[in-house]
Amino acid sequence: MTDNPSFVPEPAGPAPGSEPFLSVRDLQVHFPTDDGLVKSVDGLSFDLERGRTLGIVGESGSGKSVTSLAIMGLHRTGNARSRPHISGEVRLDGEDLIRADAEHVRKLRGRKMAMVFQDPLSAMHPYYTVGHQIIEAYRTHQDVDKKKARTRAIEMLDRVGIPEPAKRVDAYPHEFSGGMRQRAMIAMALVNNPELLIADEPTTALDVTVQAQILDLIRDLQKEFGSAVIMITHDLGVVAEMADDILVMYGGRCVERGSAEKVFYEPRHPYTWGLLGSMPRIDRDQTDRLIPVKGAPPSLINIPSGCAFNPRCPYADVPKGGITRTQRPELTLVDAAEGADRHWSACHMSQEERTRIWTEEIAPKL
Amino acid sequence: MLVYLIRRLFNVVATLLVVSVVTFGIFFAVPKITGSDPALMYAGRETNETALAGIRVKMGFDKPISEQYLIFVKGIVAGRDYNTGVDSTHCPAPCFGYSFKTETPVWDLMLDRIPVTLSLALGAAVIWVIAGVATGVVSALKRRTAIDRTVMVGALAGVSLPIFFTGMVAPAVLVYGLGWLDVSNYRPLTEDPGAWLNSMILPWVTLAFLFAATYARITRATMLEVLGEDYIRTARAKGLTERVVIRKHALRSTLTPLVTMFGLDFGGLLGGAVLTETTFSFQGLGTAAVAAIGAGDLPVIMGITLLAALFVVMANLIVDMLYAVIDPRVRLT
Ligand SMILES: Nc1ncnc2c1ncn2[C@@H]1O[C@H](COP(=O)(O)OP(=O)(O)O)[C@@H](O)[C@H]1O
Ligand code: SF4
Ligand SMILES: [Mg+2]
Repeated sequence: MTDNPSFVPEPAGPAPGSEPFLSVRDLQVHFPTDDGLVKSVDGLSFDLERGRTLGIVGESGSGKSVTSLAIMGLHRTGNARSRPHISGEVRLDGEDLIRADAEHVRKLRGRKMAMVFQDPLSAMHPYYTVGHQIIEAYRTHQDVDKKKARTRAIEMLDRVGIPEPAKRVDAYPHEFSGGMRQRAMIAMALVNNPELLIADEPTTALDVTVQAQILDLIRDLQKEFGSAVIMITHDLGVVAEMADDILVMYGGRCVERGSAEKVFYEPRHPYTWGLLGSMPRIDRDQTDRLIPVKGAPPSLINIPSGCAFNPRCPYADVPKGGITRTQRPELTLVDAAEGADRHWSACHMSQEERTRIWTEEIAPKL
Repeated sequence: MLVYLIRRLFNVVATLLVVSVVTFGIFFAVPKITGSDPALMYAGRETNETALAGIRVKMGFDKPISEQYLIFVKGIVAGRDYNTGVDSTHCPAPCFGYSFKTETPVWDLMLDRIPVTLSLALGAAVIWVIAGVATGVVSALKRRTAIDRTVMVGALAGVSLPIFFTGMVAPAVLVYGLGWLDVSNYRPLTEDPGAWLNSMILPWVTLAFLFAATYARITRATMLEVLGEDYIRTARAKGLTERVVIRKHALRSTLTPLVTMFGLDFGGLLGGAVLTETTFSFQGLGTAAVAAIGAGDLPVIMGITLLAALFVVMANLIVDMLYAVIDPRVRLT
């Protein structure tokens, strides 16, 4: 492997001098296990500004959740013996959270940054009412009495579209439908007006009919609160309509990143092509998917040398001299002239080659 | 909730009826199988046919079995009269009959023994719940550290060592080794609380050690499972302190399965902690039952069996009620 961890791709971001709101640099999260070191996240970098949404896309097991837990500082909680090794930087509003005091990060959790999880049923405590759990989140960070907190909880439930909030506030999670539960989770996450909201597959566990409603809700709330949002999903369709920027993860690394427009309409990585091809579409027969991503996700203990995607990539032999199997492709600008709308991808094929394959072979079939 | 309660109470009565039928069946099956006559067992060896016939009439052995059962149940609920035709003895409710051996009412004998067994079970329960849960929680939180390993080795010992062994080692250490206690026989609480406490500590520790070990292991395993739950991660994501996460969110879920276990264990112990009572020569329900079995004292065996069943069933009922309070999801069913 020709790892080059010191390489930090230049992020798309604001003018030099002003730091981005959230800046992740060369993040590594490695779990020591009996079978070996699991490199769940291995050198991830990105930026995110307030009021913007970053979509992180990738197959299950690509390190999306581990990334979000690292940002929240949640890998540092719980039993000390099972914590992963974390390196790199997570800078929130100029503060490095990786090196910050754990107690300080705890106080930021739920207040400055909040998270919505995949399965709202298991993510809420079955023994406490929805209201109790929201009030608890509020009072952990605000010095208010129970009555005020309760009023706030009802207000939040109302805001996320739960009917009869003054009554439902005393209901238990199991008395809610899946969609209502996720709304309540969102109310709980937003109760302290966080500046960063991470939604980790917030619609994956829900009925298709409810999914769009929840996405709409998150989008509306973001407009209202102006927070930065990280929307994690394995479904490109979800981020295509939600995200300003998209980051495609594969085997704990970023393989393509750029504006949603670019990544969705001019993708320059074979893995992204595969994701686009395997997107379920109403107008196309499910069996007639263009380029399903064949094969299994890579082992995170023995990551394939060279390009981690090479065992599954239909173009692995295009670059000369077997370079895809010996040298890891770094993120490079797709078009240096593009300026703010910058688009990065990590593939050994030349830009011309990839543009040609996309326009001639892939796009027509999508 | 009320419907749930009524249904459970109905279950209790039904269970007790089944137990009483079975016990009563055994009362008749045993003499039939062994070929012995209950009247003979009652009268002892030195007797004659006239005396036996008198006993049969007095005890009701001459009546059909179903009628005898009804009289038996009526005796427990409302009391009964033993009538030889010549004289009549009234046995007030709850009447479980008279011991074949001592001719004292079984209920009096049980009343005499209940405080001993209750003292033993209650005290031990307090110790084992506190010690077991605390060590289990600490062990889970300190998983894979030296503390965890030490505690778990101790717990394994507690689970595998028999009562009579612990019952020998505990006095050896606490009385003769450290000199913290002296050995004494059971003294009723009402007579002398100090002496009662002094007599109880060793049996408590011995009995509690066995249960605490089991509880520590279960608590640790449950706690570890709970700590891996999504809602614990949510609690942390909300910014709660680790203290609140553990005490409020994790502990509550951990205790739920323990409530069931405790109900069954405690209810079972109230029917007599045979080994512990024997080891410390306590006259409790357990030793009484063993003695009655040895002597073929059927009314006593029946009485204690029914009482033990009542304890278990009541413990179960209380557990179910508690469960509905702890877990809001149960209320629907
Ligand atoms: N606590 C852990 N110990 C060991 N491996 C872990 C742990 N948490 C996550 N992983 C591994 O890290 C990889 C990425 O997981 P995750 O971030 O949950 O993927 P996803 O992209 O589906 O959210 C998976 O292969 C998973 O097995
Ligand atoms: S570097 Fe090679 S294997 Fe990797 S995506 Fe590009 S062509 Fe495929
Ligand atoms: Mg995930």
